[in-house]
Amino acid sequence: MKLLIRNGRVICPASGLDAVADVLLEDGRVSAVAPDLSAPGADIFDAAGLVVAPGFIDIHVHLREPGFTHAETIATGARAAAAGGFTTVCCMPNTNPVNDSATVTTYIVEKARREAIVNVCPIGAITKGSAGEELASIGSMIAAGAVAISDDGRPVMNARVIRRAMESARALDVPVIQHCEDLNLSAGGDMHECVESVRLGIRGIPAASEDVMVARDILLAELTGVRYHVAHISTRHAVGMVAFAKQRGLPVTCEATPHHIALHTEHMKPYDSNYKMKPPLRCEHDVDAVISGIASGAVDCLATDHAPHAGDDKMQEFERCPFGITGLETALGVSLEVLVHSGRISLSKLIALYTCEPARVIGWKGEQARGALKPGYTGDVTILHPEYPWTYDVKQTASKSTNTPFNGRTFHGGPIATVVGGQVVWKAPGF
Amino acid sequence: MALGLLGIEETDRSVIEQILERAVAFQPHDGRTFAKANTCTGKLVVNAFFENSTRTRSSFEIAAHRLGADTLAITASGSSVSKGESLVDTLNTLVAMRPSAIVMRHQASGAPHFLSRHLSTPIVNAGDGTHEHPTQALLDARTILDCCGRLEGLRVAIIGDIQHSRVARSNVHLLSKFGADTVLCGPPSLLPREMASIASGVTLEYDILRAVTGAHVVMMLRVQLERIHEPAMQPGEYFRFYGLRQEHLSLAHPEVIVMHPGPMNRGREISSEVADSQRARILNQVENGVAVRMAVLERVLSQ
Repeated sequence: MKLLIRNGRVICPASGLDAVADVLLEDGRVSAVAPDLSAPGADIFDAAGLVVAPGFIDIHVHLREPGFTHAETIATGARAAAAGGFTTVCCMPNTNPVNDSATVTTYIVEKARREAIVNVCPIGAITKGSAGEELASIGSMIAAGAVAISDDGRPVMNARVIRRAMESARALDVPVIQHCEDLNLSAGGDMHECVESVRLGIRGIPAASEDVMVARDILLAELTGVRYHVAHISTRHAVGMVAFAKQRGLPVTCEATPHHIALHTEHMKPYDSNYKMKPPLRCEHDVDAVISGIASGAVDCLATDHAPHAGDDKMQEFERCPFGITGLETALGVSLEVLVHSGRISLSKLIALYTCEPARVIGWKGEQARGALKPGYTGDVTILHPEYPWTYDVKQTASKSTNTPFNGRTFHGGPIATVVGGQVVWKAPGF
Repeated sequence: MALGLLGIEETDRSVIEQILERAVAFQPHDGRTFAKANTCTGKLVVNAFFENSTRTRSSFEIAAHRLGADTLAITASGSSVSKGESLVDTLNTLVAMRPSAIVMRHQASGAPHFLSRHLSTPIVNAGDGTHEHPTQALLDARTILDCCGRLEGLRVAIIGDIQHSRVARSNVHLLSKFGADTVLCGPPSLLPREMASIASGVTLEYDILRAVTGAHVVMMLRVQLERIHEPAMQPGEYFRFYGLRQEHLSLAHPEVIVMHPGPMNRGREISSEVADSQRARILNQVENGVAVRMAVLERVLSQ
């Protein structure tokens, strides 16, 4: 079983490689990267004129299975991931039941093995039922295949509980991923607290609700020595504090979502739930700070927070709608536009944000090593075009849900083919 | 999108002027009741009130009847909403009954704006959450015009729970469009600083004495306890610092008028002495409510 991807511009930031070369995948792994490789019997993918990158990794998605399969399933979420160029996704534990035990972790791993066309790595809950009180069976979940722990969507408010979780995670060498939101400060809020929220009469979620938990957690990360990761960072002060933690040498990382760098409150269509998510779209100065943080390295990687919700859940009064938007299929188009075409970062840096950087945050090792086109790494490749114009039509989505603010938007550049374990699992229509 | 009335913010000054002008024709005079116009005979108005209301609903009903229109009243407790039906489905059902307009009150900000994207029937917003209450601002403006003869250059103090007040927001937008100076006053937790930026000519004041000084109009607002999750102030202290009393009126313009959209809590945001004084225009507001709503409905129904 061989696949030879020929004549593409191979960009592998982890290897410092940016040159026209061939990539040979053999038995599901990267076998060689060099010009003019010969591989008798291999399937050939002609990538001339295209960019060949390590398989993209999204460490923050919601696949809704088990429990909410009307909105998404492991199979459909994986197809949406492939259509967005992603080869590995890490799914958050807020399913029903919550992924707080080896049983649920195993269920997801097994279901994904049978039905998902990309790699699916579960993230286990920090606390039982993500209720924030009693630690979940962290070690057992990790043994069953979980790659990190998080109570995403339900931040751990009790500082003592998160401290104990950090100690456990440190011993297991997995990161703790926190959705940073002080629930007392954000209570009842449906959008960022600002002039717009006051004007629209919508209760606000102040930036400070994110900031205070980032501050607390960085102090506790120092206390415990854990690898600590801030999910979907969205405020300027939070970015500043993560940068400060890095300066002090702490293993603190963070991710930003494409929507938080592409949209701010003034882009919101009033009372349209496709603009409702947590953290909320922030002010322009916050967006600028997150983009600057990406350029400076304070922000480590991009992640979509793909959060499908069924149409009827989103067709309600704004304050009754659930939080979250889909994002897998638009991530590359959006981030090319905001970061690369604007001249803020290079294409190589953008690829790093989707490959070796998220891989470093999770810390895959040995047989699980990914995020680079190095021999022995998982045979996952994302083939993309950085310029071609296309328009996102949510009616064609592979996801079961359509809650996106980007429907009808024209992008320049996007995924062309997705290769997982040496096999082409998705190709853009027309290529 | 059909032309209804969703908010003052997006309504042109010229449209507001036409409504206020037309309302004069419907005002009651010499102790008689409201003029019967019958300009909307045969039209059906659905009054869909998903949040409790007595005065606004009665006002809209009387207004529709005076125009010769038929009305159908839907209240939340009597509707399918309590059986789990979505708002869109409920409204689509009502639309199938072919009304010419839907008058809607809802506890969620933006609910009529959201619905207007999915329905072809014009919607008149009778109050959405903490966002807007456009007909209240229109009747307030009619009342001020009746008393002061103008809006431009007036100093209008709006005092109380600004944060949760759709009345305040609609009035701020209307007064701003007509060049009045609006002073918003209340305890800090009920007066977001951002209010000063939602329209021009708005200033904030935390001291009631300064707010009423020189005011031509003082509008008092109720503290909306049902929307407050942690008490801003003890009730007694609230009255001490933000309750309107006779002594405040001596600081205001000599011809000051006192308004209140109701429901009014005597001894909490306003003293009985002031509420019953010659300066109060609270019952004129109620009268103008019918006249202004007749003008609004006539405009919407005659499209």
